Amino acid sequence: MTAHGVAIHLENCGKTFANGARALEPTTIDIARGETVVFLGPSGCGKTTMLRIIAGLETPDAGGRVRFGDEDVTDTPIERRNVGMVFQSYALFPNMNVAENIGYGLKIRGIGAAERAQRVAELVTLTGIEGLETRSIDQLSGGQRQRVALARAVAIRPRVLLLDEPLTALDALLRERLRSELNSLLRALGITSVYVTHDQAEAMTLGDRIVVMRKGAIAQIGSPRDIYFAPANRYVAEFVGAANVVEAECRDGALILPGGSLPVAHATPGRAVAMVRPESWSIVPATAATLTGRVETVIFVGDRLRVTIAGAADRPLLVDAPNGLAVAPGQTVGLTVPPGAVRLLAGEAA
Amino acid sequence: MVVAFFLLPMARLIVTGASGPSGIAAYAAILVEPRYRATLINTVVLATATTAAALVVSTIAALFLQRHRFPGRSLLIALLTFPLALPGVVIGFLIILLAGRQGLIGDVTAFAFGEKWVFAYSMQGLFLGYLYFSIPRVILTVMAAVEKLDPALEEAARTLGAQPWAVHRDVILPALMPAFIASGAIAFATAMGAFGTAFTLATNVNVLPMLIYTEFTLSANIAMAAALSVGLGLVTWAALALARSAGGTVAAAG
Repeated sequence: MTAHGVAIHLENCGKTFANGARALEPTTIDIARGETVVFLGPSGCGKTTMLRIIAGLETPDAGGRVRFGDEDVTDTPIERRNVGMVFQSYALFPNMNVAENIGYGLKIRGIGAAERAQRVAELVTLTGIEGLETRSIDQLSGGQRQRVALARAVAIRPRVLLLDEPLTALDALLRERLRSELNSLLRALGITSVYVTHDQAEAMTLGDRIVVMRKGAIAQIGSPRDIYFAPANRYVAEFVGAANVVEAECRDGALILPGGSLPVAHATPGRAVAMVRPESWSIVPATAATLTGRVETVIFVGDRLRVTIAGAADRPLLVDAPNGLAVAPGQTVGLTVPPGAVRLLAGEAA
Repeated sequence: MVVAFFLLPMARLIVTGASGPSGIAAYAAILVEPRYRATLINTVVLATATTAAALVVSTIAALFLQRHRFPGRSLLIALLTFPLALPGVVIGFLIILLAGRQGLIGDVTAFAFGEKWVFAYSMQGLFLGYLYFSIPRVILTVMAAVEKLDPALEEAARTLGAQPWAVHRDVILPALMPAFIASGAIAFATAMGAFGTAFTLATNVNVLPMLIYTEFTLSANIAMAAALSVGLGLVTWAALALARSAGGTVAAAG
């Protein structure tokens, strides 16, 4: 299957509900043809509202426009937008079996039984659910349901594929496996996809770009690397991955912390908020570093040690260390970090 | 004890049905004797029509009530279920007030067309009365089922290209089927055995419960009354059993 789908342009799309609650601030965003964009944020951040506006399940407030390519679809009803959607609850039709569910959109379009059967067979293979065609929905496991829902959404060759927390209802192990499967499937289909999740690992794996949302507005748009290594603000830094955010005085190219000083690249003197990822730290002998602290806890998590170090900054620092390192609680150690790994967050002193 | 409590009267009823002058043939008479057969058919037709109409009206009302929030909505729901509180005699009385010789419809049509419409004492009157007490029984079950429908089902069908009418045909109504079967069976069973309303209205029509009553009290034909009772029970039981095997969970309401 070759790349298909259209670019999506949202222009000033806001959403205020009848009770006056503002679910989404007026937002403008462009999604390229064939791109997978993940809306990431906690519940109530407006990400699902955004998805529903694209689907046509919600209408944006006056002034908002939704365009698919050059076509303005703001006033096009859902059933004529030609979008595929995967719901968190799967929303499979209980009165139809697996094949009938997958073929429903084709049937509604008046596509003949023979062609329908062929397309259904294609999708059954693509999603790896061979042999389940005649099963009823309540005989399927969660993972199988999710695949059927995906096959049904893709069957109609939609212009846009919308996925609303499709893996949230699954257990952790299955979620991880399906995440990478879904990733290769989306790449294979090459379809413009919008994916909504609160799970940052899903966002990292699947997104060409991630849109981090907060309280109905976009907090940052960027590639997974941008979002992770160069968060625009404290909210993004703390929401995506584990982060040590410290507030300190910056002087002579270094942050002045309770446990010493930490050299920073491109530092300007004054109050600063800085972020360091746990894996950026190196634990060294106390004498070999300008910043020292006392080991508080050491947790063995298999591939690494997660160490908390007190006394170095205004609050305990999380440090990921190699699992062979000999550290013990109570020990005083030094901490170093490559200068580029200290990220100053602009205007965020709280 | 429980078994005896349930089974002894039933066994006695079956035995009594076969103890008349015609013996076991009393049961055959239900189907052979034209008067009995006509009554049986009347009753089944009436109960079926009532059930079908109650399902249609209740489904439309339940879907409307689920989708629209308006002032007075809960009051309307309370009113719709109010007939549950009324015995059949009162409902019969209401129908007479509505479509009887001094009824509202009679007065209005007399004024409008110069002809008084009176149908309270006919099949139509019975149908109206039965519908009146069947709708609340059906609507509560259907409303509960509508409430439990995942709204994403409808949304999914629409994203797949289904127009609203197709969504109803393919998704919503099939999803409500268990509720239709369950509440339909109850409505059918209730309509089959309704006595109070029939007793108040049925001067021109014979329905089974009335026939049983007249055989028993007026003709003192106790064996035939028992046989008819067993017949009535069988038809109703068969309807409930059918509904149960069709996957509906038939509550013991009625």
